[in-house]
Amino acid sequence: MPKLKPELSQQLRSIVGDAYYREDREALVAHSYDGTPMLQSLPDGVIYPSSTAEVSAIMKVLHAHRVPLVSRGSGSNLCGGTVPVEGGIVMVMHRMNRILEIDEENLTATVQPGIITADYIAEIEARGLFYPPDPSSMKISTIGGNIAECSGGLRGLKYGTTKDYVIGLEAVLADGSVIRTGGKLMKDVAGYDLTKLLVGSEGTLAIITEATLKLIPPPKTKKTMLAMYRDLYGAARTVSRIIEARIIPATLEFMDNPTIRVVDDYAKLGLPRDMEAILLIEQDGDPESVERDIARIQGICEAERADRVEVAESREEAERLLTARRSAFTALARLRPTTILEDATVPRSRIADMVLRINEIARKYNVTIATFGHAGDGNLHPTATTDARDAEEIHRVEEAFAEIFEASIELGGTITGEHGVGLVKAPYLAWKVGEPGIEVMKGIKAAFDPHNLLNPGKIFAKQTKKRVVIQHG
Amino acid sequence: MAEINIRRKPNIQHANPLAQTLLNKLDYDQLTNCMRCGFCLPACPTFRETGIEPESPRGRIALMKAVADGLMDPDQAFQDQMNHCLGCRACEPACPADVKYGALIEQTRDAIEAHAEHRAPVAGLRKLMFRGVFPKRASLKLLGGSMALYQKSGLRKLARGSGIMKLLPEHLREMERILPDATSKGVVERLGSFYPAKGEPIAKVALFRGCIMDVMFAGTNVNTVKLLSEAGFDVVIPESQACCGALHAHSGELAEARSLAKNNIAAFREAGVSYIVSNAGGCGALLVEYDHLLQEERDERLREDARWFASRVIDVSSLIMERGRVPRFTEGSGEAGAIAITYQDSCHLRNVMKSSDAPRKLLRSVEGAAYTEMKEADRCCGSAGIYNVTQPEMAGQLLKHKMEHASATQARYMLTSNPGCLLQMKLGIQKHAPETHMEALHIVDYLHERLQPAST
Repeated sequence: MPKLKPELSQQLRSIVGDAYYREDREALVAHSYDGTPMLQSLPDGVIYPSSTAEVSAIMKVLHAHRVPLVSRGSGSNLCGGTVPVEGGIVMVMHRMNRILEIDEENLTATVQPGIITADYIAEIEARGLFYPPDPSSMKISTIGGNIAECSGGLRGLKYGTTKDYVIGLEAVLADGSVIRTGGKLMKDVAGYDLTKLLVGSEGTLAIITEATLKLIPPPKTKKTMLAMYRDLYGAARTVSRIIEARIIPATLEFMDNPTIRVVDDYAKLGLPRDMEAILLIEQDGDPESVERDIARIQGICEAERADRVEVAESREEAERLLTARRSAFTALARLRPTTILEDATVPRSRIADMVLRINEIARKYNVTIATFGHAGDGNLHPTATTDARDAEEIHRVEEAFAEIFEASIELGGTITGEHGVGLVKAPYLAWKVGEPGIEVMKGIKAAFDPHNLLNPGKIFAKQTKKRVVIQHG
Repeated sequence: MAEINIRRKPNIQHANPLAQTLLNKLDYDQLTNCMRCGFCLPACPTFRETGIEPESPRGRIALMKAVADGLMDPDQAFQDQMNHCLGCRACEPACPADVKYGALIEQTRDAIEAHAEHRAPVAGLRKLMFRGVFPKRASLKLLGGSMALYQKSGLRKLARGSGIMKLLPEHLREMERILPDATSKGVVERLGSFYPAKGEPIAKVALFRGCIMDVMFAGTNVNTVKLLSEAGFDVVIPESQACCGALHAHSGELAEARSLAKNNIAAFREAGVSYIVSNAGGCGALLVEYDHLLQEERDERLREDARWFASRVIDVSSLIMERGRVPRFTEGSGEAGAIAITYQDSCHLRNVMKSSDAPRKLLRSVEGAAYTEMKEADRCCGSAGIYNVTQPEMAGQLLKHKMEHASATQARYMLTSNPGCLLQMKLGIQKHAPETHMEALHIVDYLHERLQPAST
């Protein structure tokens, strides 16, 4: 039974045409989930706009009827950010998928939000330009989704994440009005920085309909190496020492022993299964400086008692090393039916402490958690392999993650480094930003969206989880 | 919020009979294994064409699970969506969790078919083709003979000239024009059931001759045997083998597919060979999965035989490239410069049999030919069994894109490894690139013609 008033459906249909507004069961089911395990909730309608004008008209109608809306791209996020928990309309941005302009004089690109990130990057690179953010989901995620969640990736350490490349936005507000922020400007201090505010706002403040992105020249060359450690602390100290030595690698990735074993079982790469940790390091730039940095990094690895250090001789060999890291998620996903991948993040000097804490917590709750991630920016992915059908085990996994977030904050870190708060992390947000922080954020939300129509139920939890009492001694 | 109930296979009795059958037949573990990460979306041709979530593997699995869980009825839209899947299996290599999507879509179609009320002519035709023709050697020969008669006697000319063809939908008329000459004389009738290796035999192998292959492409079967012999293999062709059952399995006739599988396993087990060679990706993909197809059989011996069979199935290109003495192939030196060639993957060969390097390596070895990789050669051409007949609109769209990429290679020869793809490529050239002189050939026929016998 449709929950929406017939005249509302009719108004939406007249904006986008019959083919692009659906209330049938198939459409509702297929937009009731995203990439987050164990969450599902049906919307009341699904709409596919083709222009900013249509998005604006849709919001005017929904605003008048006080019907909530979730805007989304490919729904590959891992925080429940696009599950329509309060029903309403799901707005799919896939039809707005064009590159509007590549401005080679200003080094900017202006795109619509529905473009697939990998397609956009391919187009940019074909012009000899570089857009560094590279979320692992880029083959399917959209630029709009990347902006909404402020996606990271393997190059975040040296080049920053999505927020560092968004310099202008067009967005539709909850009442249908259209705002533009920033522009093709490298400097702009006219008022509050609404651009940065909208990046990572998870669809709760406005619907992004156009983005201007900064481009940079691509690095001339790239070199890849792998360092293997019997001692976890050695690996972690290497991360801190590299940064201390004022070297910023393009990529500095970490895999712990459980991850190494699983990846080796799956990808048969001949990884050293007896190692406690592996670091995968890449540097890019001018050939001479890359050579110099790689040599210095190699020295640091050896000084920190790496068991073995391999520098790839060719691009193919580098690819083989990268495959190990890229296989981590795939290999872990095949172990058990449900894979819960989190993104606890700590200052990079605390990586080793954090990995040890994660292992302790996993043992305490008797759950399987493997850890890999972007060590260079302190962003770890503790990943639980479990089975959604085992309610008791899932409960232990949830308890374990609550304690992992607690540990992360204790070490000066945060509850999410790149996936966003969404639904899953909402109960923990106050742990990170405190009650006054939550109040300021709620005030901002009210200023943009007084009737709470945009992606309701996200970021702000109805109830905050109590802090876990850590047993010392 | 309607958080999903976490449970084993739901213990519910659906009011809708099809929903109940789906619940019974679907592998609930596989439905649960889909973690909805979305990695399959860019691999899926129907999602790429439409950008609509229900047209993706993730969407289709969500719909199957929703029906099994009682969240939605398997209405006509659901059934149409399941039939809209090409079954190309490109989603499987893309899936981090290794979800067996192919099995899920076959189970779904099997359930739909069990409740289908086909209109009388459709039901009759299905029964005739699936039970009367494909499985039976004699009927196939008769079909081949009658088609040959139709094509050669002037009847075809008459039919085309008379305007009677106009009664058929356009896409069927186009298909009729590209059909190759059929024959009632298959490979055994031409070569006998044993063909010895040239030189010292490396191994004894068996040819899986197929049903359509041996009627419409008997010459390809003959060339396959000769190539295998040239590469050092003794070839036997067990006469009691039947159709592989792929078309049955993909169309929801799983029981018939299983019965064909049992027949074939017995036929090849008796031959005692090291390899069972397929030259059609679509057939080979079901043959390598006979062990899965029969995994619920009670007879342990039968399951063991199915595993024996499945582990020996290999594509002709892989066998020659990886285990044989690769012959020398040369392009004739009639034209100036190297002849441009390209290759269209058979989805089932690539995604299920995992063979994509071997055919390319063989083609790159041809002297005087310049191999050019076509953009998106790994993407389905839209043929997909009988998909181009049942879903002409989507198939046509996919073919159009395919031919844009094909034309861009400026290839003289477009090589394929599956009869369905070959026909689709011929159709594509006729429709979208008639001015190009491009010719579509089965890789075996192309290589056989360019074979240089070893100088002794």
